[in-house]
Amino acid sequence: MAHTPSLEKIVPQIRRDIVRMVHKVNSGHPGGSLGCAEYFVALYFEVMEHSKSFSMDGRNEDLFFLSNGHISPVFYSTLARSGYFPVEELNSFRLIDSRLQGHPTTHEGLPGVRVASGSLGQGLSVAIGAALSKKLNKDPKTIYLLMGDGELQEGQNWEALMYAGAKGVDNLIATVDLNGKQIDGSTDEVLPLGDVRQKFEAFGWEVIELTEGNSIPQIIAALSQAKAQLGKQKPQAILMHTEMGNGVSFMMHTHAWHGKAPNDEQLAVALSENKETLGDY
Amino acid sequence: MKEYINQGSNDTRSGFGEGLTELGRTNPHVVALCADLIGSLKMQTFIDENPTRFFQVGIAEANMMGLAAGLTIGGKIPFTGTFANFSTGRVYDQIRQSIAYSVKNVKICASHAGVTLGEDGATHQILEDIGLMKMLPGMTVINTCDFNQTKAATLAIADYQGPVYLRFGRPKVPNFTTPELGFEIGKGIVLQEGNDISLIATGHLVWEALEAAKELKNQSIDAEVINIHTIKPLDEELILRSVQKTGCLVTAEEHNYLGGLGESIAGLLARKAPTPIEFVATDDCFGESGTPAQLMQKYGLNKEAIVKKALQVLKRK
Repeated sequence: MAHTPSLEKIVPQIRRDIVRMVHKVNSGHPGGSLGCAEYFVALYFEVMEHSKSFSMDGRNEDLFFLSNGHISPVFYSTLARSGYFPVEELNSFRLIDSRLQGHPTTHEGLPGVRVASGSLGQGLSVAIGAALSKKLNKDPKTIYLLMGDGELQEGQNWEALMYAGAKGVDNLIATVDLNGKQIDGSTDEVLPLGDVRQKFEAFGWEVIELTEGNSIPQIIAALSQAKAQLGKQKPQAILMHTEMGNGVSFMMHTHAWHGKAPNDEQLAVALSENKETLGDY
Repeated sequence: MKEYINQGSNDTRSGFGEGLTELGRTNPHVVALCADLIGSLKMQTFIDENPTRFFQVGIAEANMMGLAAGLTIGGKIPFTGTFANFSTGRVYDQIRQSIAYSVKNVKICASHAGVTLGEDGATHQILEDIGLMKMLPGMTVINTCDFNQTKAATLAIADYQGPVYLRFGRPKVPNFTTPELGFEIGKGIVLQEGNDISLIATGHLVWEALEAAKELKNQSIDAEVINIHTIKPLDEELILRSVQKTGCLVTAEEHNYLGGLGESIAGLLARKAPTPIEFVATDDCFGESGTPAQLMQKYGLNKEAIVKKALQVLKRK
C-alpha cells in the first residue's frame, strides 16, 4: 500500500482519458468505465505482475481478462498508461482502421488484449480456460477477470461458475462490478440478481465483499486477501460495489451514462473535476 | 476405372478417436474437452493415457467453447468433442466471439452430424452446421468421408494454426480411402477421373458417389468423382478444372442445400464458370427418427438420388 498516493494521482488522468475518448466519437460507455477506474489502476499499477512486452501466451505473468467489454475506454486508457501502446493511440478510439475497436478484440492485434469481449457472459469461461492452461504449464501466476453485474443474467456465467467451483480452479480471481445498473435501469428493475454472494458460495466459490469498490486501498486489500487464498482448491470472487460514473458528478447515481457520450459543455465540467496529472494524450 | 474397396465398415467418429489417441502420444500441446459424451466421441483412450490433459465440462457446451479459447493462451491445442448440433448451433456466439473473431487455435470436433444420427430424431440431427461454420471468417470447415480420412484429418488439424470445424458422423460406413490418396487441408481428391459429368461429394455421400459412378458407367456415362473434404477453404482450382472438362456436375452432401458444399460450389461457378449443377442435399427441412439407411433413402441422400440428379443435369449440358 506504500504506492497508494501515486496510484491516486493516476485515477483522474484515466477519467480524463475516458471522457475525452467517448466525447470525441460521440459514442462509447463512460459510466461503467469510470466506476472501475480505481480497480484498473490498482490492478495494473500495483497488484498484477505483468510484462509490457506483450505476448499472447503470457507465460509466467499474471493475466487479465475483461468480460464486460463495453467498458473498453477504461481498459484502453489503463493499457496505454501502463505502457502497452502509445497513449496518443487513444485518439483512434472507435475510428475506422483503429486497433481500439468499440469493444476490445485481438483481431487488430492491440497489445494487452487476449480475447474479444462485448457479447456478454463469455469472459469467465475464457479466464478459466487460461487458468487451466497455466496449471498445465506449471505456471504459478494468477488469472484476473472483471465482469459486470448485469451480465450475470447470461446463463453461460453459471455454467462457468459451476465448473470452476466444482473443479477447484484456484488460480483465478474474478471480480464482479456491482454497480446495480444496466441499460434499461437498475438491475433490480430489469431482472433482480438475488443474493449474489450466496449464489457464488453455493457454486463453491470463496467470496470477498468489497463495499468500497472505488477506494484504491480497499481494492488492493481485497485483491491481496483473495491472492492469499489462492491454491486452496477454491476459485476466488470479489463482489466489488462501485458507483457508476464515479468521479464525474453528473454521471453518478444514474444509469443514464451507461452508453452515452458527454457534449462539449459536459466534457468541460467532467475535465474541470479531474485535473491533468500525467499529461493528456 | 479405379476400384475402391470397402476395407471393413467403421464409424468416422472412431477415426477421430484413434487420431486423438495418436495425438495424445505425439503432441504434448493437445488437450481435449468433452460435454458428457466421451463414449459417443470415442475419447476414452486419450483420457486414460492423458488424464491431466482432459477436461470433462458436463452438459455445458457454451462454457466448453470458452474454456477451449482460454486454453489456447499458454500454447495448448484444445479439441472439443460433442454432437454437431451442440458444437455449432447451440454455441454459435461463443464460437463467433471467443474463438473465430479472437483467432484462437481451437479444434471443434463434431460427431453425429446429419440425419444418419438416426433414431434420436431432428433435435439432434443438424443439417445446417456446415453453413453456420463456413460463414465465420477464418474458420476452416472439414467434413470427412470415412474412418481413415477422419483419422488423417484429426492429425492434420493439430498441425494447422487456426480455428477448425471437423464434422463427422455416427454410423458405420464403408472405409475405403487409402494412405496414398493423402490428406491435405484445402485440397480436394480426384477419386476417379471421367469426362461426362463431375460428381463432387463430401462426408458420407462420397461412397455413394462412387457407387453412383458405377451405375452411370452401366449407362455408358463416364463420371469423374471428386471428394471435397475441406468445404472452406474450397479447392476452387480442382473444381474448375473438372467442370471445364465435364461441363456439368452434381454435388452431394448430408446437409441442407442452403449453406452446404453445393451452395459454395454454385457460388464459385456463378462467378467463374457458369455450369449446369444439381444438388443432392436435404431440401430445407428437418430430419426425423428412423434408421440411417431409411433416412438417407427418404431424404434423397444415396446413390440412387445421385444417379437421378446426374441424368437430369446431363440433359442441361
